[in-house]
Amino acid sequence: MSQVIPHLSPARRNWQRFKRNRLGYWSLIVFVALYVLSLAGEVISNDRPLVVRYEQQWYFPLLNEYPESIFGGNLPIKADYHDPFIKAQLSKAGNFAIYPLNPYYYDTLNYFSKAEHYPGKPDDENLLGTDIAGYDILARLIYGFRVSVTFALGLTAVGVVLGIFFGAVQGYFAGKTDLVIQRLIDIWGSMPELYLLIIFASIFDHSLLLLFGLLSLFGWITLSDYVRAEFLRNRQLEYVKSARALGLSNTQIIWRHILPNSLTPVITFLPFRMSAAIMALASLDFLGLGVTAPAPSLGQLLLQGKENLDAWWIALSSFSVLVLTLLLLTFTGEALRNALDTRISDARQGGTL
Amino acid sequence: MTQPLLSIENFSARFDQKTVVEQLNLTIQGGERLALVGESGSGKTVTALSILKLVEAAQLSGKIVFNGENLLQKSARDIQRVRGADIAMIFQEPMTALNPLFTIGEQIVETIIAHQALSRAEATQKTLELLTRTGIRQPEKNINSYPHQLSGGQRQRAMIAMALSCKPKLLIADEPTTALDMTIRARIVKLLIELQEEDVRANGTQGMAILLITHDLNLVRKFAHRVAVMERGRLVETADTQTLFAQPQHPYTIKLINSIPERNVLPVASDAKTLLEARKLRVEYPLPRKGWRGLLQSHSFTALHGADVTLREGETVGIVGESGSGKSTLAQAVLNLIKVKSGTIEVDGAPLYQLSKRLQREMRARLQVVFQDPFGSLSPRQTVRQIVGEGLELHFPALTAEERYTRIVQVLSEVGLSAQVLDSYPHEFSGGQRQRIAIARAFVLSPKVVILDEPTSALDVSIQKQVLELLVSLQKKFGLSYLLISHDLTVIQALAHRVYVLKDGEIIESGDTEQIIHTPQHPYTQSLVQASL
Repeated sequence: MSQVIPHLSPARRNWQRFKRNRLGYWSLIVFVALYVLSLAGEVISNDRPLVVRYEQQWYFPLLNEYPESIFGGNLPIKADYHDPFIKAQLSKAGNFAIYPLNPYYYDTLNYFSKAEHYPGKPDDENLLGTDIAGYDILARLIYGFRVSVTFALGLTAVGVVLGIFFGAVQGYFAGKTDLVIQRLIDIWGSMPELYLLIIFASIFDHSLLLLFGLLSLFGWITLSDYVRAEFLRNRQLEYVKSARALGLSNTQIIWRHILPNSLTPVITFLPFRMSAAIMALASLDFLGLGVTAPAPSLGQLLLQGKENLDAWWIALSSFSVLVLTLLLLTFTGEALRNALDTRISDARQGGTL
Repeated sequence: MTQPLLSIENFSARFDQKTVVEQLNLTIQGGERLALVGESGSGKTVTALSILKLVEAAQLSGKIVFNGENLLQKSARDIQRVRGADIAMIFQEPMTALNPLFTIGEQIVETIIAHQALSRAEATQKTLELLTRTGIRQPEKNINSYPHQLSGGQRQRAMIAMALSCKPKLLIADEPTTALDMTIRARIVKLLIELQEEDVRANGTQGMAILLITHDLNLVRKFAHRVAVMERGRLVETADTQTLFAQPQHPYTIKLINSIPERNVLPVASDAKTLLEARKLRVEYPLPRKGWRGLLQSHSFTALHGADVTLREGETVGIVGESGSGKSTLAQAVLNLIKVKSGTIEVDGAPLYQLSKRLQREMRARLQVVFQDPFGSLSPRQTVRQIVGEGLELHFPALTAEERYTRIVQVLSEVGLSAQVLDSYPHEFSGGQRQRIAIARAFVLSPKVVILDEPTSALDVSIQKQVLELLVSLQKKFGLSYLLISHDLTVIQALAHRVYVLKDGEIIESGDTEQIIHTPQHPYTQSLVQASL
């Protein structure tokens, strides 16, 4: 019995199986990297310089707002760093400014551009062109991606917590508790989600928070079904009986014994739930039920693209971002599913590219 | 010597890198009953399935010659003509081997029509004859039954009828009785022998041969003419049944034969006090009624009708019965895991059911359990340290981490495991080792009474013996009392001082183990003893 093999926990083993699927593993890495980049969006795409050196003084426009008058202007209004006058001031001898890679925020209007805008073709000033309001599309895509993914993460987290909670209670206590909660869930689940959204959208101001609240009221139901089924299966296994014979309390048994063994469907569904949430937000925005301009949104860009088919860059770029996001999530999800599927042997796992 | 019916020559089977059968040579004569014996992982089932090319994803080499033709080289279409017609097979679990959506009659008729030029009416007639021959009750009625409507034994009979429908020359029986109760096992074995002998009487050396795949040596002794023993993919010994049991040659065979557990019990002190006393335990399970009435009134099924059980210090009491007899219900009632309808249990003089929640929890440390399934009884996501230590944390919160560690290591060494396994997960162990971990989990709390719920029935015979010996030595060392629940009289005989025989929720006989086994009074006990020894 003197084994010197490293003791892999099932979770670690699954992770290694997941890593062996290169497509899925790299999809996850790319996705996480993109999201982290978008979280640093202010540094990458902003209409204010990162650092300014003006007349022996350091300024940080990214953090503070400075009036024009500081940089030699006449008025005590917010400095517009696209203004050729300010630009000229900042590039005088001894002064300098470091601009972000893409000098636009998602709601920046460049009043000084000479080019045709509303919408405008991709050119040197706007790498991916501008939309019908004249906003820079690249900036809107970066911030739109950030909003979508954050929204999806939040929705998934709330869904997982609620789903596990209800599924666990139903599956563990079974019997009458299960029956009653299941009937309530049936009633709850039969409410028309889209109508509710339309009704609420017409009563209240459109906002992300409203969408988030409404969608998370319904998003947990399918998940709780899976968790419930896993709990029902696991609760009658002998290790649970042994735990009860040891005298552990219900919470301890649920938390320590059944839950870790019931998470497979939850983890498998995470990427797919994420992509579903991103799609939900995009489609609501597309239908005009979502957030209002100038908030960045992939769905709204898609709608603009549809309405301005001659401005091909709007539809193409927003479509590409959505497809890429969903593809990355799907590849990740597939790899996760295969990694957790015990019917696929370790040897074959590596081959599924 | 005539031409053998089936000869397996230099047969090997591999899955990817793993060789499961290596250079196997075996022949079966017409009209012979050959048993292929081995423990799990010995490659016996793969060999049997390869005869019909039923294994997928395996590389097979060598020859399997049947009637002068090499089966391994036959195309998928040709092998289909052999399957069911010349070579038929019966499986371990008839419930999964029969299609649940068709009646057994339909399934047998289909098989007959597929292989023989008969009309549906003729085939139905033949099916009825077969069902009568295999001893199905009321064949005219049950020909239209679905598999789930029949009991396990009746289903296995239907499987046999189906296998025999085309008069096969070779019948492969893969653990045909393992999933059945003891008394039914004996009847199925008897039926198989009768059917085979009948066929041999009619056809002489052309009669049906049976290849029996099993791990059960009792069965082999009763059934086979000749025995082939496999160990880890190799054939280690072939001999006549009598010769093999009288003079086994290979060490592995000797080990297998010696692994039938022997009686090994210490006398109980005459003044030993009663540790556990259950009086008139009655357990009912509610049976839901259909529709709205179910909400208002409910039926119930009585799993246990007033059982009285006593257990003294240092004593092992066996509870024997078949599936559905209520023996596991009794275990759970004693463990206080289910609600009893009426009755009392006194543990060490304290009424278990009347105790406060806190005292009940304290009582659990003194009353521990080891379950049957070593794969289901350990949580797959905990290390051995967590599994064994969990009870300590709960019941002895005063222990420091160091003291806890010492106690875990100590109990692991008691059950024959080293401290190196502490951070391993259950999937790294074999069945026998897992059962040792489960025993360690129960024993670390220094209980007074341990309930052993079929502690060895999922294990191979040689490991079963080791575990039983371990249990006996632990009992000697700590003066424990065991409540041993089993369907297997050999296990009961090996361990128990006294035995209770349970049937349909009632104790029909109880007394000294030796006495019950040698002079059973109740007809049911008699059939049980006859079937298993």
